[in-house]
Amino acid sequence: MIRVALAGNPNSGKTTLFNSLTGSTAHVGNWPGVTVDKKEGTYKKGKEPVNIIDLPGIYSLSPYTPEEVIARNYIIDERPDCIINIVDATNLERNLYLTTQLLEMDVPVVIALNMIDVLDKNKDKIDIKGLEKEIGVPVVAISALKEENLTTLMDEVINFSKVERKGTTILKKCKAYPIIEHIQKQLEDDNLFSSLFHAIKLAENDEIEIKMHPKQYEYVLKEKENIKDPIFENDLEAIIADARYKYISKHFSSKLTKSDRLEEIKDKNGNFVKKEKRSISDRIDRVLTNRVFGILIFVVILFFVFHLTFGEDLFYLSAMGAFSSLGDEFALASGTTFEGILFSSGGIQSPGVFLQTVVIGFTDWITELVSQGLTSLGAYNWAVAFICDGLLAGIFSVLSFLPQILLLFLFFSFLEDSGYMARVAFILDRIFRKFGVSGRAFMPLIMGFGCSIPAMTNTRTLATEKERIATVRVIPFFSCSAKLPILTACAGAIVSLFGVGNADLITLGMYFSGIIIAIIALLFMRNTTLRGETPPFIMELPAYHLPQFKSLMIHLWDKAKHFIKKAFTIILISNILIWFLQSFTPSWQYIEYVEGEGFLTSVTTNDSILAQIGMIIQPLFTPLGFGSQLGSFGWVFAVGAITGLIAKENVIATFAMLGAVVANVIDPSTLPGSLELYEGASDVALMIQATGINIPGIIAFIVFNMTTIPCFAAVATAKAELKKGTLKNTIAFWLITSYIAASAFYLIGTWWWTLFIYLALAAGVIVFIYFYNKKHPIKPQGAATI
Amino acid sequence: MQITLDKLKINQKGTIVAVKGQGVTRRRLFDMGVTPGALVTLIKLAPLGDPLEINIRNYELTLRKDEAKNVILEVEDN
Repeated sequence: MIRVALAGNPNSGKTTLFNSLTGSTAHVGNWPGVTVDKKEGTYKKGKEPVNIIDLPGIYSLSPYTPEEVIARNYIIDERPDCIINIVDATNLERNLYLTTQLLEMDVPVVIALNMIDVLDKNKDKIDIKGLEKEIGVPVVAISALKEENLTTLMDEVINFSKVERKGTTILKKCKAYPIIEHIQKQLEDDNLFSSLFHAIKLAENDEIEIKMHPKQYEYVLKEKENIKDPIFENDLEAIIADARYKYISKHFSSKLTKSDRLEEIKDKNGNFVKKEKRSISDRIDRVLTNRVFGILIFVVILFFVFHLTFGEDLFYLSAMGAFSSLGDEFALASGTTFEGILFSSGGIQSPGVFLQTVVIGFTDWITELVSQGLTSLGAYNWAVAFICDGLLAGIFSVLSFLPQILLLFLFFSFLEDSGYMARVAFILDRIFRKFGVSGRAFMPLIMGFGCSIPAMTNTRTLATEKERIATVRVIPFFSCSAKLPILTACAGAIVSLFGVGNADLITLGMYFSGIIIAIIALLFMRNTTLRGETPPFIMELPAYHLPQFKSLMIHLWDKAKHFIKKAFTIILISNILIWFLQSFTPSWQYIEYVEGEGFLTSVTTNDSILAQIGMIIQPLFTPLGFGSQLGSFGWVFAVGAITGLIAKENVIATFAMLGAVVANVIDPSTLPGSLELYEGASDVALMIQATGINIPGIIAFIVFNMTTIPCFAAVATAKAELKKGTLKNTIAFWLITSYIAASAFYLIGTWWWTLFIYLALAAGVIVFIYFYNKKHPIKPQGAATI
Repeated sequence: MQITLDKLKINQKGTIVAVKGQGVTRRRLFDMGVTPGALVTLIKLAPLGDPLEINIRNYELTLRKDEAKNVILEVEDN
């Protein structure tokens, strides 16, 4: 089959073209060793099937970003039969800069001149035949969005892919050309594929080429001393880049005639004057990145995204008391199946919560059905429990999060595809640079409040590897939706039992603590282990446009598949393991627990393997306030903390199960009634009564859960997203950070004067890092490595 | 008169004379079309005063003031 690579600038319509050509045949993989998506598909409408590989969107073939290295390695190593170079006709000069480099390779190239419909609309004219003659390869005008002329394009590609093509260059008149020509001849004698490309890159000081051809590079260094350019002296990199752009403006983009874009506007005196017309995109941008309102608009957009995904009170009807006044009308619906799905006592639900409720309702129904079926078949109790509580509960707990994760993905993809995300980075870069990351890191971090998994995947937009690692590591500190039940339950218990504070304020305070820990951790990493120059922030701000529905859906479907595959295996196995450990005693006696009825066996969870393990590790948590000092029931906090490493939903679920054990010791009826106000708080309160844990200890428990290993699914995502070998350190980072942070909260909360010890230690560390870094300056950044 | 790009006023135009600096930043600027001879217009500043948004080669590019300091422009005297 003919193999064709699709290359072009980001925002040139490449994804749209790829989707139009390949349709449902497309599938996503990863390029070896990196997490840049590799998309492949087949074009079947031509006289021959064509395999199309979508190269990453790039501006150049220089070796500084992983995307550029992937693209050039693919073309050099895999030698596709043809390259389709998609060129945005509305942004000709910068797009053709990449074209001039692609043409230097020994591969047939066909240029797909995209957005020709926009050009027509603007009444701009382009001389396609003239352009084709100048460039020397076929040029086909298309509209990827309207699927215009795609057949002509692919016919041309199929024909041209049969042709042998030698690389050509526009640098013949450039001062560096004699050097290039000399090296090319040498490389050609060695039978090197795309010798012209290699020779030019070598002259451009390209680090990958220097390593490959050290002998020839010596020649470059020697010869360039003889070049004297009035502006660039002997800087070949600058001379070549300049020569490319000069040639493009003179020979290529001159084929475009723009209409004058003037409109008549009445001025103050009532006279008609001609003024340059502003595009819609410009007008939108004036509002969205407004100096005064820009940040405010952004906050509002973000609020709506989260509210539509996670909000339980969509229109704030409940908060405004509307539910009670509308009581009669809703009474009609209450008791029907609509209750709990469309609305609850908390108000009308957001689409995210609605979908989640539907999924949970459906999966509960299946579990019930399976459980009844198995029982009627005469299965053992433990077997029914294993299948329903271990196996199915594991799968379904993941599925219940899928709707909200996908919805969050959908909103963020929409913002990304529309061009707004680039503006968010633009607005916030000033703040985030102070923490050692660029403005682009903001989006993944804020997504962390929803779920760490999509957030970690979103770090792919970051420019450097170090920035990515640092961001992935602190994402969990932005407390995700699964951690919220821990916060509300613990806060509710504190307020009811100790009669201090306000549950909402405690919860909010914990969220802020997470952010502060994240900032400290970022600053620490960017000054020590992940030290490096602040990555440059040089980014295109693409014109706004309405995202294509088809692209969004394809994107969403890919994400869903990815998430299910990754999360399923790991959550499933861990769930089965936990179920097993808490359902059996070390002597393999089965512990039977039925919700509402308590334990049916003489052994309880207190005798389980899990409890035994909990008691062994309990002393580890003593400096954190929930270890040995809590006595014989203290292991529940240790177990809660450990099961939380697998999934944060486990923490409160574990408490609920263990609450039944503790209920034999403490009479639940002696607890304050106000606990009923907070979900899960009564279980926590039982634990507090049984163990005598103090407030700083509970806070430390929350902090530990917020900053430690977030969940197995997130670990699996981090593993896939980060370079090999980084995962170990990342897990160590989470464990150490949570240990230090939680113990600080406990110790300072219990003995306030320890604050001074911490401050002194922190000052010592800062001074040490400062002087160490001063002695060891950073080396300038080199080529990207894969 | 020659000034650096970060000193450009909003809606003011200038022609690039030279691009200083080294390594990744400079290469990136070249790749994005920030080369001598190109015409630059400052569109706006971010709400917090940095980075800048410029129009170059008929598209919008954002870069920080620190990076813009490396770009030297020829502007008309006024």
